[in-house]
Amino acid sequence: MSAVKERTPISTGSEWTFDLIEEYDREIARVAKNFGLDTYPNQIEVITSEQMMDAYASIGMPLNYNHWSFGKQFVETEQNYKRGRMGLAYEIVINSDPCIAYLMEENTITMQALVIAHACYGHNSFFKGNYLFRTWTDATAIIDYLLFAKHYISQCEERYGTDEVEKILDSCHALMNYGVNRYKRPRPLTATEEKERQMAREEYIQRHLNDLWNTIPKKEASGEEQVIHYPKDPEENLLYFIEKNAPLLEPWQREIIRIVRKISQYFYPQKQTQVMNEGWATFWHYTILHQLYDEGLVTDGFMMEFLHSHSSVVYQPAFDSPYFNGINPYTLGYNMMTDIRRICENPTDEDRQWFPDIAGKDWIETLDYAMRNYKDESFILQFLSPRLMRELHLFAILDDAERPTLRVDAIHNEEGYQKLREQLAAQYNLGNREPNIQVYNVDVRGDRSLTLRHYMYNNQPLGDSTDEVLKHVHRLWGFEVKLESVTPSNEVAKTFHCPPKPLSMDLA
Amino acid sequence: MSYIIDRRLNSKKKSTVNRQRFLRRYKQHIKRAVEEAIHDRSISDIERGGEVTIPRRDISEPVFHHGQGGQNTRIYPGNKEFVTGDEFQRPESGGGGGSGQGKASNQGEGEDNFTFSISQEEFLDFMFEDLELPYLVRKQLKDATAFETRRAGYSTSGSPDKLHIVRSLRAAHARRIALGGGDRKEIRALRKELWALEAMQPADDAAQEQMQALRDQIAELDKKARRLPFIDDFDLRYNNLVKVPVPSSKAVMFCVMDVSGSMTQSIKDIAKRFFILLYLFLQRNYKQIELVFVRHHTHAKEVDEQEFFYSRETGGTIVSSALQMTADIIDKRYSPADWNIYVAQASDGDNWDGDSATCSDLLMKRILKKVQYFAYVEITTGPHQNLWYEYEQVHEAFPDEFAMQHITDAGEIYPVFRKLFEKRTEGAA
Repeated sequence: MSAVKERTPISTGSEWTFDLIEEYDREIARVAKNFGLDTYPNQIEVITSEQMMDAYASIGMPLNYNHWSFGKQFVETEQNYKRGRMGLAYEIVINSDPCIAYLMEENTITMQALVIAHACYGHNSFFKGNYLFRTWTDATAIIDYLLFAKHYISQCEERYGTDEVEKILDSCHALMNYGVNRYKRPRPLTATEEKERQMAREEYIQRHLNDLWNTIPKKEASGEEQVIHYPKDPEENLLYFIEKNAPLLEPWQREIIRIVRKISQYFYPQKQTQVMNEGWATFWHYTILHQLYDEGLVTDGFMMEFLHSHSSVVYQPAFDSPYFNGINPYTLGYNMMTDIRRICENPTDEDRQWFPDIAGKDWIETLDYAMRNYKDESFILQFLSPRLMRELHLFAILDDAERPTLRVDAIHNEEGYQKLREQLAAQYNLGNREPNIQVYNVDVRGDRSLTLRHYMYNNQPLGDSTDEVLKHVHRLWGFEVKLESVTPSNEVAKTFHCPPKPLSMDLA
Repeated sequence: MSYIIDRRLNSKKKSTVNRQRFLRRYKQHIKRAVEEAIHDRSISDIERGGEVTIPRRDISEPVFHHGQGGQNTRIYPGNKEFVTGDEFQRPESGGGGGSGQGKASNQGEGEDNFTFSISQEEFLDFMFEDLELPYLVRKQLKDATAFETRRAGYSTSGSPDKLHIVRSLRAAHARRIALGGGDRKEIRALRKELWALEAMQPADDAAQEQMQALRDQIAELDKKARRLPFIDDFDLRYNNLVKVPVPSSKAVMFCVMDVSGSMTQSIKDIAKRFFILLYLFLQRNYKQIELVFVRHHTHAKEVDEQEFFYSRETGGTIVSSALQMTADIIDKRYSPADWNIYVAQASDGDNWDGDSATCSDLLMKRILKKVQYFAYVEITTGPHQNLWYEYEQVHEAFPDEFAMQHITDAGEIYPVFRKLFEKRTEGAA
């Protein structure tokens, strides 16, 4: 059968049918396998635009707990879509096993094939291969866990009232970005285990807390004044710290914090691999569909339509264009992936000098290695080539608040390459993008106040919503909360209080 | 291998709960928007759904983020003429380079408001929330005259027109299975035995005899089974219908409007708006309500809805004519024993001298004792006239049944309307 050279295209029209989707999927799977893409099994679901809006509103997940902010998201999407201000994404893909991908029914067959190649084989293999996803998320369990979370939260709503639950969720959402362990690997989450051990945990936590807040004085406490630092080392995961240590929370409130924290942790790798993930998927849909064309399975018309949407996806408006909205992760990622292939296949002298270990190597292996072992920051730092910087005309602007003018710090020339690459990588470092805030101390023997520390990066202050967020921290913690911005030389530059300190106290 | 699933027929409204949560949270904002919309709209489209706008600041979800300041290096694409070391002025905030990377939407000045639409249904919900007809009681509960026929399962007796064929045949089938089961089992067992013998093809007589006996036995049983009737009397099932008495909370609303010459165009417009609100409110919240429209100048006239709102006839003013007519209609058609009676009257307070006393007399003697609630709205920018003062005395005599409010401009219609029909906590009078 394989010996027969197929010269007939799979389809010629633009309408899709389930049979056609199946056939395309089969061909794309075959091609993807030849290129060595290792994927979870696919579950392709055809949905309507309304269902797509639903999916948008619940951060892309097929099910989620109820919260007004998702409603807000939905209302906004609906309004924009109905007025024609925005189109909906062609697909949403979920990092789960089996990997769920949504196709919209409005798509033409070309778009469906594009989406299958992009999501079901591109993103899917990335989810399965990349080290961050392998370490931090458990694709087999996420759907079950969300189901558990949804049930648990709706139970809480019945028992303690929607308003109470909403308050806790609001506060948790405000701190969601600080609910992740950046360095320590979390235990994999499984729904059954969660449910079984949730009761035990409630009791244990309460006992453990009582120990910490034990007010019966200890023997030694009589004489020397010893400053107790708790926690001993600063804690980066604020939600985790609050869940385990906040003195006044009910067990169910701790459980809700835990749920938000777990979901946040699940999405953490996605935030760190946007460029790579999209670049990888875009690169593969491009490569796979061209392979289909070379084999005569798709028509010229198919390719025209595909290339049209492909090129609009990877379009990068210049910085002075009215459409400019930051660097397009699709463009950057796709171009870098293509560039790596080029360096492997046709290296120039410059490439040999910059990338001695990959120039001239097998491109499939090299790309696979890059996909598995990097995140955006390190990927750019390692693989952004001078040639690509020239093609994209990258330049760096230094905005120093103490100087009256902006300064062009580096451009795409010999002196600038290193600097551009470092700066661009830093721009994708989550640690730089989000303020670095950690739990510094709890006044365990005193007024139980919580001190957070913001370790300043490049002298950047906190934004104007800080006080609002502190109110949420205060709600969770239950006692006074302090936030200090600390310069690298360990000086406190600014302090925030919640509840706000009366003025007279400040003088002291 | 991939699974392809058609999810298009799955439920669509997954976000409904979240949307309702959102509406609930911003109820105050939406109510305000609805109120404003009522003022601005013309009479004919007052009930449409509408757009609600909330300042984005009020619905933002705060997160820790970097503010302006410090050293900040950003990479931009599309360099045209810059070389390292170029310096230039900062662009005005919001323009030029932008703050990049998706932060632009939740920071800085000049953010647009959050606008979304609510449906007509939701719009009216917000408009008439917490309003009710005061003192509505269920009259006639004891000697209910209205019945409703409801289905109540099946019965074994009934008239042929109520025969339920499927149920009947099902019952017959069940009966046949129940009665014939034992015999059929026996037949099967005997047949098996017979076949076993036949298969051996024995030659001796004893076996032949045994086979014959078996055949006879089977024939006997077969006959017996066949004697079971296909359908029997007691298989029949009939639809069972029962009569349920319905308590009625019948209500009637009299809309009494002054259309005399002293009512200027703007006052008439306000009066009409008031009645339109009332009309929408009643239509929406009360399934069974009758409306009686009365308009008057020197003569009162009972009119239909169309004429009430759109007729242009006018003249002098004798308010008592309308009250007289209302009282007559109540006597003739709406016995207070059966009906909850409401009256809403709108006027500019200008009345023929000496008629106001007649009005209060009519109210106290003939109307107020029969009605649940009488709402009077005076629309005037000038000082009150004698009708208002007469009515004040009425109000003192009947503080629960009689309510009066004063409107000076269109903006007050909705608040006054709310005040007149807000939910009361105490029980019926």
